[in-house]
Amino acid sequence: MLGASLLGAAAGFVGTFAVLRRRALVGDMLSHASLPGIAAAYMLWQTRDLLTLSVGALVAGLLGVGCVAIIARWTRTSEDAALGIVLSTFFGLGVVLLTVLQANPEGDKAGLDSFLFGEIASLRSRDLWVIITMAGGLLVFVLAMYKELQLLSFDSGFAAAQGWPTFWLDFIVLGAVAVVTVIGLPICGVILMAAMLITPAAAARFWTNRLGALLAISSVVGALAGIIGCLLAAPGVVEHIGLGKTAADTPVGLPPGPLIVLAGGGLLLLSMLVAPQRGLVARILSHRRLQRKVARDHLLRAIYELSPAPEADRPWIDFERLGRYGDWQGATLTAQTARTQREGLIELRGSQLRFTPRGFEQASHLVRAHRLWEMYVVEGWDRSPDDVHHDADALEHLLPPEVVQHLEQALRAEGRLPAEAAGDVPRSPHVIDPQQTIEETPE
Amino acid sequence: MMILAVNNLLDPDTLPMVLRIMVMAVLVNLSCALVGSFLVLRRMSLMGDALSHAVLPGLVVAFLFSGSLSIVPMFIGAVLAGVATTFLTQTLHHYGRLSTDAAMGVVFTSLFALGVVLLKLFGSRVHLDAACVYEGSLIMVLDTIRVGGLELPRQILVALPVLLVNVLVVAVLWKELKITTFDSALATAIGISAPVMHYTLMTLVALTAVASFQVVGSILVVAMLIIPPAAAQLCVERLGRMVLLSCLIGALVGVLGTLIAVRYDLSPPGTMAVLAGSIYALAAIFSPTGGLAARAWFNYQTSARIVREDILAMLYRVEEYDRSRKIARADAIEAVGGGFTARHALRTLVRRGGVTRDEGGLMLTDSGRAQAAQLVRTHRLWEAYLVDELGLPVDHVHEPAHRVEHFLDEEIREQLAERLPEGAEDPHGREIPE
Repeated sequence: MLGASLLGAAAGFVGTFAVLRRRALVGDMLSHASLPGIAAAYMLWQTRDLLTLSVGALVAGLLGVGCVAIIARWTRTSEDAALGIVLSTFFGLGVVLLTVLQANPEGDKAGLDSFLFGEIASLRSRDLWVIITMAGGLLVFVLAMYKELQLLSFDSGFAAAQGWPTFWLDFIVLGAVAVVTVIGLPICGVILMAAMLITPAAAARFWTNRLGALLAISSVVGALAGIIGCLLAAPGVVEHIGLGKTAADTPVGLPPGPLIVLAGGGLLLLSMLVAPQRGLVARILSHRRLQRKVARDHLLRAIYELSPAPEADRPWIDFERLGRYGDWQGATLTAQTARTQREGLIELRGSQLRFTPRGFEQASHLVRAHRLWEMYVVEGWDRSPDDVHHDADALEHLLPPEVVQHLEQALRAEGRLPAEAAGDVPRSPHVIDPQQTIEETPE
Repeated sequence: MMILAVNNLLDPDTLPMVLRIMVMAVLVNLSCALVGSFLVLRRMSLMGDALSHAVLPGLVVAFLFSGSLSIVPMFIGAVLAGVATTFLTQTLHHYGRLSTDAAMGVVFTSLFALGVVLLKLFGSRVHLDAACVYEGSLIMVLDTIRVGGLELPRQILVALPVLLVNVLVVAVLWKELKITTFDSALATAIGISAPVMHYTLMTLVALTAVASFQVVGSILVVAMLIIPPAAAQLCVERLGRMVLLSCLIGALVGVLGTLIAVRYDLSPPGTMAVLAGSIYALAAIFSPTGGLAARAWFNYQTSARIVREDILAMLYRVEEYDRSRKIARADAIEAVGGGFTARHALRTLVRRGGVTRDEGGLMLTDSGRAQAAQLVRTHRLWEAYLVDELGLPVDHVHEPAHRVEHFLDEEIREQLAERLPEGAEDPHGREIPE
């Protein structure tokens, strides 16, 4: 489990760069392309030693990267097709080599088969040291090159213009990805190593925009995925959850590789839902807040516009008239007025309503912003007064107070704002007919 | 995996089995090549990779519900998985601000992992094995049914209808697919919905992946989807021919791959993938239009021509300076850069009768002199043009003229001459030959 979490962390770490450089699927390609290398190394040295096989995998993987580069550079084939071609051809070669091994009676192929789907149990303490050394080495490497890698990830054009060897930096990053990939193969298997590279980085992307934090979160997600996946894979867990009943009589130990990936996917889903700012829940909430604010603003303005002389007496207004003016359905109106009443902005009396003093103040601010903006649009953009209502409508909810103040000063300086005391509401540049609904443009 | 090494391919005992494997491989490869062509052209090759993995959970679920591998539940499972993959990728791309490839990578690996876990959980009920799914197993075709006296592999019940569906859809929607592939903006403008075509294609790919991957395995579905069309793309320019050629390559790979695999007891899908990769490599190197060999040959031809022309022009200038002077062969070769190309170019010139050789050295023949005069004329006209019209300093014009003299044709030469007064000289004060 320690190995899996360390590996997850390391993969999340370098995967961040791969994802940022839009090379996400290179990891997929690498892990598939290294299969023939593993098989060939096994054929040559007849050992299942992780380090030896990894060297073979690394050589094959880098060969694959080289082939992709050559195909993309020198032929008409696009890079994605090049990736697919190299991936599948190399993998095919690997499968062929495996069948050859299988035909050889001396070959103990069972260990090699595990490279496809991963076998966490195959991890020995020496392998663990390999992983720890690698993770430490990567950490040192990234810290040493932090500035360079940061620039490369976010603005490679600028990095190149600054005279940095972007090609070699890219190559080094790919090399790091390749190292992690081949080390991870026996644990996660060929197929799912790609996920280990991409998923943590993708999940971390929801939480932060800063590279340092991205690396840290991505590593943590990777490590968590490793731990959770291993826990689920432990024999007995399946039965415990109750899924085991449907399976065969013998206890099933699920392969850890897919479970680690699924754990990673789950963490990604979780991030997508609950992350602050980027998360789906946060987004829905903020969208809803904005919707409510807009609806309340509309209500307040409608009441204001229906009042003949709102400054003087805060008159009572019929629900029915308000509904007609705003073209609101009865239920919507009821819900909205109830909410606004709770906020203490209006008061109700039977089928009538009127502003509270605080509500009136807020409404005049709103209407003021609305009309200032309308005037600005009429004058500044040379639009007909009939058109401006909708433009103002769309923006007024978002106008910050400074902009309103600025508008007011600008209009007053040009002498187009009647000399009123600050805080007064200017006249609307278009006709307001209380008999019509807002949505209809007054003729 | 294969257990039989067949030493005599025509052995009547094994021939039907070999034929059945071959038929399946060809059917599957044809389907793949057909839809793969559009994937490759749309630069969505890796969507094939993603879909061929992602259909696994759909397939397992479909199998769990229906208990069989017949076409209808598989179709539903494939479509669901395909649409889910496309949709999830889009969602992640949109909400997560992930690049499409990263989003795709996340989605398909997770779905595949889900599929593997489902397989392990319910493996006893589903006669599928994860490794088989991955590597493919043509041995499945040994499971046969009898249709009207013919013993056919059971899988043909899936592969054949899928191929027919693919052919039908591609034929009916040929125009729409073509337009959305090459110019989706135009397609939208004339009322063809690019997204609908996109999802149609994705569905076809998912369906093909499902039909194929029991036979060739999911990674090798990728091989068959991408490699034959990519190889065909290198060789031809037109869509129709590309699709035909990629189908041809797919079928060829199916036949040859089966024969080789059966003969040497290798994994048939693996053999086919390697074979396809080799065909692609051959196409990349030897394709008459865009191949590396063709391009290298063209480059060599061009540089040889330039060196020949340089030799002619040099001899012309020497003659112009001192009519009696001959230049030694070694010196001439040295002057145009030396090496194999220069020696070869000089030999060609002598053979074609532009230059003669004797003990004193090299001499232009009349035809060689006429050709050289044209070159020198082009060179000097261009120098005059650069100085007169562009105002370049006199000592800056030789180098560009030296390069461009090999590429200007008669028409441009005359246009340049018209700009100059009668009997004008080049900026260095030398006569411009007629």
